[in-house]
Amino acid sequence: MTHATVDVMRPPYPTERGLDVYNTKLGMWVFLASEVMFFTALIGSYIILRFGAPGEWARPGIVLNIPVTAINTFLLICSSVTMVKAYATVADGEGHFFRLRPGARLSERLDFGLKFWMLATIIIGATFVSIQVYEYLHLVHRGLLPSGVREGSELAELVANGTLPAATMGLFGSSFYTMTGFHGFHVTCGVISMAYLYFTKTLRGKYSQQDYRGIETIGLYWHFVDLVWIILFTIVYLI
Amino acid sequence: MSHVAASAAPAAFAFPATPRPRGLKSWVTTTDHKRIGLLYFWTAFCFFLLGGLEALVIRLQLAQPDGHLVSAATYNQLFTMHGTTMIFLALMPLSASFFNYIVPLQIGARDVAFPRLNAFSYWVFLLGGLFLNASWLVGPLFHAGSLSVAPDAGWFGYANLTERQFSPGPNIDFWVLGLQILGISSLAAGFNFIVTILNMRAPGMKMMRLPTFSWMTLVTQFLVITAFPVITVALVFLMFDRFFGAHFYVVQAGATPILWQHLFWLFGHPEVYILILPAMGIVSEVLPTFARKPLFGYTVVVYSGVLIGFMGWGVWSHHMFAVGLGPIGDSVFAATTMLIAVPTGVKIFNWIATLWGGAIRGTTALHFAVGFIAMFIIGGLSGVSHASPPADLQQTDTYYVVAHIHYVLFGGTVQGLFAGIYYWWPKMTGRLLDERLGKLHFWLTFIGMNLTFFPMHLIGLLGMPRRIYTYGPELGVGALNLTSTIGALLIGVSVLVFIGNLLRTRKRGAIAPNDPWGGATLEWSIPSPPPVYNFSVIPTVENRLPRWKTELHEPITDPPAVPPAPIHVPGGSWWPLVAALGLPVLALAPLTHTLWLAFLGAAILLFGVYRWAFEPFEM
Repeated sequence: MTHATVDVMRPPYPTERGLDVYNTKLGMWVFLASEVMFFTALIGSYIILRFGAPGEWARPGIVLNIPVTAINTFLLICSSVTMVKAYATVADGEGHFFRLRPGARLSERLDFGLKFWMLATIIIGATFVSIQVYEYLHLVHRGLLPSGVREGSELAELVANGTLPAATMGLFGSSFYTMTGFHGFHVTCGVISMAYLYFTKTLRGKYSQQDYRGIETIGLYWHFVDLVWIILFTIVYLI
Repeated sequence: MSHVAASAAPAAFAFPATPRPRGLKSWVTTTDHKRIGLLYFWTAFCFFLLGGLEALVIRLQLAQPDGHLVSAATYNQLFTMHGTTMIFLALMPLSASFFNYIVPLQIGARDVAFPRLNAFSYWVFLLGGLFLNASWLVGPLFHAGSLSVAPDAGWFGYANLTERQFSPGPNIDFWVLGLQILGISSLAAGFNFIVTILNMRAPGMKMMRLPTFSWMTLVTQFLVITAFPVITVALVFLMFDRFFGAHFYVVQAGATPILWQHLFWLFGHPEVYILILPAMGIVSEVLPTFARKPLFGYTVVVYSGVLIGFMGWGVWSHHMFAVGLGPIGDSVFAATTMLIAVPTGVKIFNWIATLWGGAIRGTTALHFAVGFIAMFIIGGLSGVSHASPPADLQQTDTYYVVAHIHYVLFGGTVQGLFAGIYYWWPKMTGRLLDERLGKLHFWLTFIGMNLTFFPMHLIGLLGMPRRIYTYGPELGVGALNLTSTIGALLIGVSVLVFIGNLLRTRKRGAIAPNDPWGGATLEWSIPSPPPVYNFSVIPTVENRLPRWKTELHEPITDPPAVPPAPIHVPGGSWWPLVAALGLPVLALAPLTHTLWLAFLGAAILLFGVYRWAFEPFEM
């Protein structure tokens, strides 16, 4: 990357002093550092509980619906792409796929592209949470609770016939709901914040190539939440 | 630099004649870091007195063998709340009071990076502290047999003692929910101060020109934002276990028995440095000023502070030698624990070398700073003696550990904070504290604390366990315990002298000039107390000691008394307080098993945040 490119990509609102990063962005990075520690503690505890458990651990595929969650994972990754598109649209001042008509002015293209990609991110994020709610309802129906397996349920039969280990199902339920629940909470917060930015800033044309701090900051958060999910999906559903 | 005043948050243009805002509303809605600093100070000082009273009751109970002042159950609540209060409600927020008041002044800023988040931190701290302490009085509401349902499982609340099965009452509920509220306050302050220190420095204030106190604040806040999430996870697990029947700490369900201990101490050891590093920073400011010498080896002091921050993450299992982690685990943690003494020792030598050959003025602040060094050395040495697993096995859960923690936290942190109070009080209030009363305060504290805590080494080595509400005469520690109690009463007297000093000098103390001590850092270049906007002109810094004449630099000129141009000062805001109010309501929901309270709390929180986000608030 040449020096010139760096200058073009750099937000045109340099800070007066301190690091060359504006406060909200630096604050978001610091916040994410603390989020990393939060999820590290969560995932680390899960590893200790699962691999330190005296008995066998249930094979996730028997309890959880992996294909549905795989699709959900794909959706969430897509939402990271749409988030980048929203960011790139406003940062580059390019329509990014969306040209209203040949010869449309740059500002028109930028405006429509940003609205489109932000809305897409919000909708995909909301869909992710909805599918997760559906997954929870389904699991509770089948008998998985935070305290273990409900008596007389479908999963209780699997425990009875030895398909699922009786000894560790309590920990399985506790850790599953806590870990995926906290992630879902983070996605929900992200969707709400983005909806706020969409209605109060994007629709009112507050973002421009000169100032797109909100988009950049929420984008950092969104990619982080996405990344955490990839780790959670791997360790909770796949392994 | 002019802004149009917005209707929701009227922006004040602080011009020479602008009076300070007055009245209760101006304090409740304030976003001024100086006012928030004072709020932190007074609130934390009240909690300090409360925690001190709890300690006095403990000492009176133990003054004689077979004491019967309080019951065993009350005693459990007393030592739990004494530890929790002193750590989370007194020492951390007293440091926070200096972070708030002094750091923006030291780095040459007009306020912190996120003023409303700062107010939010304070209100959450206040409400969390009140929530936790409400447990002393609300027993009847929970149909408990006693007035008090205060937490009673020790400040490190080992699971599974804290599980519903073994602690059925609301006691631990208060603890697990209260600490989560307080964690939010610390985290919010952490984000704020890291951004402030990194981004709001005056022109020319490079990182290696940052005053030592600001540097140690930065390291502390990095520890806060990384350590508090870990205890949050531990508390969340416990909360889910207690309220939703989860199995994280239920050993019968296959859980690892020492998961809580690992999570707690993974937080708990960095927390020790969160408590001591600010005091180290204060001492590193006080000594150079009163020795009239630059801090010896500034760079080394800073780097050793950073190193302590990093190494603080690698020593937590030394709290768990008695668990039996095996020879490899024990050896590794013994080695790292001995290693962390190195950067600490480096600092001590730097402080002593700062005094060496200086033109020393024996002010009260200097007395406390030197007292800090001496007592911290003793506490540090007993700490190193825990680093050896075989020795530690003898010391675990005895009064020897109580002696150690009080030498580092009382002899260290509290004395460091008192040094800071005597040093910066004139800047914060415009009045100097009385030096004669101050010296009396120091000597009473110094003698009292040694009388209290030194015998505890012997009591512990003679075999008296901690957290036992009484002991038999045949143990032979009666005289030592009585000595300790007399010392505790002496500390009580010393605190009364200090309160007398605060009250006496409020109206009658000598008026403080801009710079009563001849300090080198920027906070001394502006009036005491500073105007709302701090600096009439943001200074440009050219070296590490901007206000001192050195071989290479002339001292900078102080900012003019009257600002040459109007300065925009953000107005106050209600919404941090409203948002903070949602948290205790939210915590009441599981405590009382009332679902609608959860919705109410979330609604209040969301409403506060929503209005906050929509409020025009220009920096």
